[in-house]
Amino acid sequence: MECEGVVSGVRMGESSEEVHVLAVDDSLVDRKVIERLLKILACKVTAVDSGVRALEYLGLDQSDAFVEGLKVDLIITDYCMPGMTGYDLLKKIKESSTFREIPVVIMSSENILPRIDRCLEEGAEDFIVKPVKLSDVKRLKDYGVGGRINKRKLPDTTELDLSSSPPSDSSSSPSISPSSPPVIDSPIQRLKMTTTALD
Amino acid sequence: MEVGQMQRQWLDYTRSLFIEGFLDGQFLQLEQLQDDNNPDFVVEVVSLFFQDSHKLLNDLTIALDQKSVDFKKIDAHVHQLKGSSSSIGAQRVKNCCIAFRNFCEEQNTDACLKCLHQVKQECCLVKNKLETLFRLEQQIMAAGGSIPMMELSF
Repeated sequence: MECEGVVSGVRMGESSEEVHVLAVDDSLVDRKVIERLLKILACKVTAVDSGVRALEYLGLDQSDAFVEGLKVDLIITDYCMPGMTGYDLLKKIKESSTFREIPVVIMSSENILPRIDRCLEEGAEDFIVKPVKLSDVKRLKDYGVGGRINKRKLPDTTELDLSSSPPSDSSSSPSISPSSPPVIDSPIQRLKMTTTALD
Repeated sequence: MEVGQMQRQWLDYTRSLFIEGFLDGQFLQLEQLQDDNNPDFVVEVVSLFFQDSHKLLNDLTIALDQKSVDFKKIDAHVHQLKGSSSSIGAQRVKNCCIAFRNFCEEQNTDACLKCLHQVKQECCLVKNKLETLFRLEQQIMAAGGSIPMMELSF
């Protein structure tokens, strides 16, 4: 067992200003890179090498126990990991009453649309295709800050359609025209558009 | 050799590594993450990669040597190697891994063995290239110069 499993990072009583990110990746190289990327953006980073260790860190391994002083603003996890995948970890976090509000971002080297969809449907905030770049991480930092000051997430598309526009008048609706697919900036955008197009 | 000459040599060498496909844009990303507070970041990450790849290549050699080849296990190792090589911008290694995984899927032992040989070669090549690059950097720093900013404009 690799001794890199030791958790690095501050657990209790740290400054409440810094965004604290829990990074989960079984690859040593990737952990080092993501850690550096996050630190450049002045985030506090705790990096662990597995989903199991992530749950341990959060106090979710035995029961939904509350860890005194623990503040995690964002969780970023690799998808493909031995044992517990990033998807399994995401589910466990979303099942937890203590942690379900924490934004979870999935990273994967494979740009597989059904995989992305699954993760987003399970509640992932975003999906990053590896290798991770500074621009990817810059975008994420907003989730961490947003989560902490209770900024509401993007509104549900279906709710918007039902309340704002008359159901029969779909031709004049502001939703995306299916003939010319717009440039997709993030998986969240794409999923929203898919939902709209299905109405 | 004076600093200016060394810097030009470094630039030419770096450019060649990109043109020949040894490195891709991700390597530049890593260089951007290096600063005065973390002056050895790139060297550290690259070292981690070679430690990692050394173990993976050993595991692969053993796995392909078995009477009954476990292609799932081999695919998992190659997937890991592909991931880490991609993360440091070692493009040729990564591309080898992609081909390797295809042959794993086909359960083609001979082709896998060839791929293993090739990926070992590519790892070796890029290791030598990077060591040369880092040596050039050390010489520049020792002479009081700084590493030029690299831009991909070709």
